[in-house]
Amino acid sequence: MNRKRRQNALGRAEHRTRNGARAAILEAVRRARPRAAPLPLVAGVQDTAGDAELVARFMASAQAASATVRMVEAGSVEAAVREAFPGAASIASATPAWSFEQANPADEASALARLDVLVCPGAFGVAENGAVWLAESGMGSRAAPFLAQHLVLALDRSAIVPDMHAACDRLKTFGEGYGAFVAGPSKTADIEQTLVIGAHGPRSLTVLLT
Amino acid sequence: MNDGARLAAADRSARVRHADRAARFVADAGQTDWHDAVLWRIRGKRDAAAGRVEGWERLRALASEIKEHTLSRLDEYLAAFEEAATANGAQVHWAADADAHNRIVRDVLRARGVRRVVKSKSMLTEECGLNPYLEARGFEVVDTDLGERIVQLREEPPSHLVAPAIHVRKEEIAALFHEKLGTPADADDPRLLAAAMREDLRARFLAADAAITGVNFAVASTGALVLVTNEGNADLGAHLAPAHIACMGIEKLIPKPEHLGVFLRLLARSATGQPLSVYTSYFCRPPPGRELHIVLVDNGRSRRLAQPDFRAALKCIRCGACLNTCPVYRRSGGHSYGATPSGPIGAILAPGMDMKRYASLPFASSLCGSCSDVCPVKIDIHAQLHRWRQVAAREGYVAWPKRWGMRVAGWIVRSPRRYRLAGRLARAWLRHAPRRLRYGSWNAWGRARELPRVPDRSFGEWYAAERGKK
Repeated sequence: MNRKRRQNALGRAEHRTRNGARAAILEAVRRARPRAAPLPLVAGVQDTAGDAELVARFMASAQAASATVRMVEAGSVEAAVREAFPGAASIASATPAWSFEQANPADEASALARLDVLVCPGAFGVAENGAVWLAESGMGSRAAPFLAQHLVLALDRSAIVPDMHAACDRLKTFGEGYGAFVAGPSKTADIEQTLVIGAHGPRSLTVLLT
Repeated sequence: MNDGARLAAADRSARVRHADRAARFVADAGQTDWHDAVLWRIRGKRDAAAGRVEGWERLRALASEIKEHTLSRLDEYLAAFEEAATANGAQVHWAADADAHNRIVRDVLRARGVRRVVKSKSMLTEECGLNPYLEARGFEVVDTDLGERIVQLREEPPSHLVAPAIHVRKEEIAALFHEKLGTPADADDPRLLAAAMREDLRARFLAADAAITGVNFAVASTGALVLVTNEGNADLGAHLAPAHIACMGIEKLIPKPEHLGVFLRLLARSATGQPLSVYTSYFCRPPPGRELHIVLVDNGRSRRLAQPDFRAALKCIRCGACLNTCPVYRRSGGHSYGATPSGPIGAILAPGMDMKRYASLPFASSLCGSCSDVCPVKIDIHAQLHRWRQVAAREGYVAWPKRWGMRVAGWIVRSPRRYRLAGRLARAWLRHAPRRLRYGSWNAWGRARELPRVPDRSFGEWYAAERGKK
C-alpha cells in the first residue's frame, strides 16, 4: 500500500470511529433515559411592572453594573459622544447614520485594538439587569466591541423590555450569526475579590438613551 | 511518557484524602479566616440578588423541570442540536471519553497548522486534562480568564468554579506577575496587576491561531451556543482566532431560546449576585471564512444518566453557589478536594468518575443541606453526598476504625440494655481515663477542641429520678 492510500484508509477508519462514537453515545443516552418528564411552560415568573417604570429601572440596573447612562435627543448622539470623550483620537461606528469613522468587518484587529471609542446601536435593553442586546450587524466586526477601549451603545428608550424572558423571546426570530447581551464594562474580581473595571474588553460602557 | 506526565499520572491514581489536604490549608489560620469570610460575603450577595427577584423559588423549580425534561429526551435533543448546528455551518464532533475529546481537539489544531491557542474558562477541558495533553504535543496553550491565567502560571488547578484563584493572596500574585510579566516588585494593587495581564493577553489574543472555549448553554432548536463571561475573554478569543473550538458536556443542552431566560436569570445571581454577567454571547454561525467546531463529550455522563440516585447532578449549571455556602469548602479550600470542580458539587461528581480516588469526598460535608438550598437547579446535593457515602461503605472504601466503630455502635443501639451500659461505661471512662488516652491519635475531633464536660448521669437516669420524686 502506498503512502497516500494508507493515509486514506487511516482517514476512513478514523471517520468510522467518530461515527461510531456518535452512535454509541446516542445509544447509551437512549438506554439511560429516565422516565419522560414534561417540559414546563415558562409562566408565572415574568415581570409585570408597568411600562412607565421600565426606563427608570433600566437606568438603575445599568448604573449598578458600572455603566454610565445618559438621556439624549435622537439627533444628538454624535455630539453626546464627542462631549463624553473630548480627548478621543479615534471614534468609529458601523452605522452610516453617524458621522464617525466607518467600522466594518474587514477592519484589522490590531487597528481595532487601538480604537478609542466604538459607538453601536443597541437593539433593545433589559430593565431587570441593565443589559443591551447588540446584534452583529451593529458591531462592524464581532471583535470590535471587545477590542475598543470604550464602548458607547445608543438605545431607543421605547425599546426596553422588562426581563430576560421577554428578551430571550426576541431571540426566537434572531436571524444573524452572532449577538450579545452587554451589561456594563468588562470587569474582573479574580484578585482577592477586588472589583477591577476594564478586564480584557472596554474600560467603560456608556448607554445613550434616545 | 516524560517525567511530568508520569508524575501527573501517579498523582491522578493516588487516593485523595480530603482531611489531610484540608489540614494543610487550615495550617494558615489567617488565610483560612479570610477565605471563609470572603466566600460567605459572596453567598450574602447571592441572597440579596435572589431576594430582589419576585418568584425566585418558582424560577428554580422551572429550571430544574426544564433540565429534567431535557435529560429525559437527551438523545433527541442532541440529534436536533447537531442538525441545527451543522446547518449553521459548525462542525460537530462526538467524544465518548476524555481521551477521544483531547484527540479530536488535537486533530483539529493539527489540520489547521495551529501553534498558539487561547482558552477561556472550561470545566470540561479541566476534567479531560486538555492543557497538559496539548502542551506535551508542542502547542502553546494560554488561559485567558484572569483567575485561570493566575493558576496556570502557578502550575496548579483552579480551586473554585467561578473564582479560580480565590485561594491566592494578592502579594503572591504580585510576586508571580513580577517574575512573569515584569511588573514592579512590590506592586500589589489589583488594578495594576489586572492591567498588566490585560496588556500581556491582548497581544496573545491578536496572535492566536485558534481559540478553545467552554459552553454554558447549547440551544437544541437553533444550534446556538451561549457563553457567559465578565471579562470578555471568551469573545476576544473566539472572534479573533481563525478557528473556534467549543467543548461541551452533552448535558449542556436546553430545548429553546425561551428557556435560556430562566437559566440566565438564575446563573449570575447564584454565582456572584450580579443580575446578569457582563457578556452573554449567542453564537449561531461562524463568520465567513472561519471555522466553528463543537465537541460533544460524554465521558461518564450517559453512565450517570442511568443512575437514578445520582443523575440529578447532570442538571448543574456550574454557578458555584454550593461552594460559597458550604461550611466545609469555605474552611478547607478548593484544592483539598483534589478534583475539578471542587466543593459539594465536585464531591458528588468525582466519585462517579473514579470511586477509588475520590471516596473521601462525600465525607467532606456536615450534611447540613445548605448546598441543596441554594442550588439554582435544585440538585439534591446533600442527599447525594449521603448516598455516595453508602456506596463508599458498600465498596469497602471506608477506613477500618470507622467501619468497626459503626458496626459496634449499631450492635449497641439495637439493645436498650447495651445502650444504657455503654453510656455508663463511656461516662466513667471519659471522666477517669488519663488525658493521654482520651486525646489519643484516634480522637480526630479532639485534636483541635476540648471534649464537652461529661454529665454525671444520662437523661434517662435523670428522668427516672425526677419521676421518682413525685
